[in-house]
Amino acid sequence: MILIGERINGLFRDVGRAIAERNPEPIHALAVAQMRAGAHFLDVNTGPAVDDPEKVMGWLVRTVQEAVDTPVSIDTMNVKALEAGLAAHKGRALINSTTGERARLDAILPLAKQYGAQVIGLAMDEKGVPKDANDRAAIAMEIVAAADEYGISPADLYLDPLILPVAVAQEHAPEVLETLRQVRLLADPPPRTVVGLSNVSQKSKNRSLVNRTFLAMAMACGLDAAILDVTDQDLMDVVATANILLNKEVYCDSYLEVARRAHAG
Amino acid sequence: MELLKENWTGKVREVTVGATPERGGTRTHTVTVGGETGLPFLHFEGVTPNPPRIALEIWDTPPEEWPDVLREPWAGVLSDPAAWARKCVEECGADLVMLRLASCDPDRGNTGPCEAQAVVKSVLSAVGVPLIIVGCGDPEKDNEVMPAVGEAAAGENCLVGIAKQENYKSLVATCVVNGHNIIAQSPLDINIAKQLNILITEMGLPPERIVIDPMSGALGYGIEYCYSIMERVRLGSLQGDKMLAMPVITFVGQEAWRAKEAREPDEAAPGWGPQRARGVAWELVTATTLLQAGADILVMRHPDAARALRRHIDELLTREEGVA
Repeated sequence: MILIGERINGLFRDVGRAIAERNPEPIHALAVAQMRAGAHFLDVNTGPAVDDPEKVMGWLVRTVQEAVDTPVSIDTMNVKALEAGLAAHKGRALINSTTGERARLDAILPLAKQYGAQVIGLAMDEKGVPKDANDRAAIAMEIVAAADEYGISPADLYLDPLILPVAVAQEHAPEVLETLRQVRLLADPPPRTVVGLSNVSQKSKNRSLVNRTFLAMAMACGLDAAILDVTDQDLMDVVATANILLNKEVYCDSYLEVARRAHAG
Repeated sequence: MELLKENWTGKVREVTVGATPERGGTRTHTVTVGGETGLPFLHFEGVTPNPPRIALEIWDTPPEEWPDVLREPWAGVLSDPAAWARKCVEECGADLVMLRLASCDPDRGNTGPCEAQAVVKSVLSAVGVPLIIVGCGDPEKDNEVMPAVGEAAAGENCLVGIAKQENYKSLVATCVVNGHNIIAQSPLDINIAKQLNILITEMGLPPERIVIDPMSGALGYGIEYCYSIMERVRLGSLQGDKMLAMPVITFVGQEAWRAKEAREPDEAAPGWGPQRARGVAWELVTATTLLQAGADILVMRHPDAARALRRHIDELLTREEGVA
């Protein structure tokens, strides 16, 4: 399971303040904490309310990589900010994200190719988020085909079927699970799948429980990666346990301690 | 036709046994096992940086229960562990010598820690190869003897055993204090194998100092199941399971010479052919099977079986893959 730490996002008050003050310390601390908790990528999002997203994204990426070697998932819809983040990034970044819209694919995939980055592709287009699994898979297929045109291997794609808050759009969850099953069959090597996990629990009570339950269900459907709160110990315990139940790791009585110890850096 | 290859992400850890004078020991060389990045002998899929190694087994007391055909090649040295060890190395080309402190067994000689220390020291000075030392198998007695043995061999970076889930703490402490590697034995149980490795590392012995004994039977005595367990250890290693990614030791001679097919004398089984060839063959075929399952150290008893195994390993390591 590839874990993408969600915490460096301007929507969080502490990060928003650090960005406004250009104070690297809170960013460093969050980067280190998430790296220690087992994150393979750190998602970085400037938040909506910044004046100069290009500069801020460059600063955020550099600031994160001052503290850790973990690659960054550059999370923005702004192509210029994305390019600034890619230019500032050391190592192999993850672009978060493109949609299936042709104009966005044509703007973002060349950048992925140029910087050797991996890409998250959202299963939505100009018409919005599809209602069912088949339409999601169709958009995913278009993204795979477009990536191929630009010489990007399906193995470097993370397709996100887009989970919506269960408190708002309950009917989407089973469709997302079905999409996860279908996406694996789209290409060889298969594209990877990813979800922005915390979205499923927006506006619900028991957020951590909803996140945990959905993550276990999605892993059973073959989910490869998730953007999530890696510092949520209960959630990380679900990842470790699901790896056992999916026979990806050999069971032993201390498997949980070992997983926690590995994540303790 | 293109060969479909598995792309493994993990590898078996390397474990080094023995210490030369530069590293505080007195061995003439060290032996490193493990490090494989693929299934055994699939050279197109991964590398085998260290060949599987052969240890010959010696006892600190004449092994009365060994059949005559097994005692015969060791005639004259069975009562002298140092001479026996020398013969293993000089005449039979053993990579390692495995000393079993059988005389400590309360049902045998019930010798004590001092005698065990003396034997270990005499064997260490007789040969330059790294040493494997195992106790008599009685848990209480081993807990009394092995700490003294570990101390007597301090700095030699031996491989000592046998730690089990029910009885590992004393031996682990000995290894930590005196700088030895440990044999971690699990009863044909992959989950316990992993668990025991974790328990051992929690006591402060690094994973690079553990060799797994997943236990085995001889040919005809459940070897298929042993094979599947050993293979699962290797698959776990290659899939990145770090707490399973240890090299494997297997006590081939002990198991093969327990089998009826190796023990029955000529007159008892006339249809089976002469016992001498039969016993050696039984040990050899048991060894070659476990070699394919992923054994890194094979502990043998008969020198002819050991020599034949050596030729077999050399062939497997140098063979060109016949890819159509």
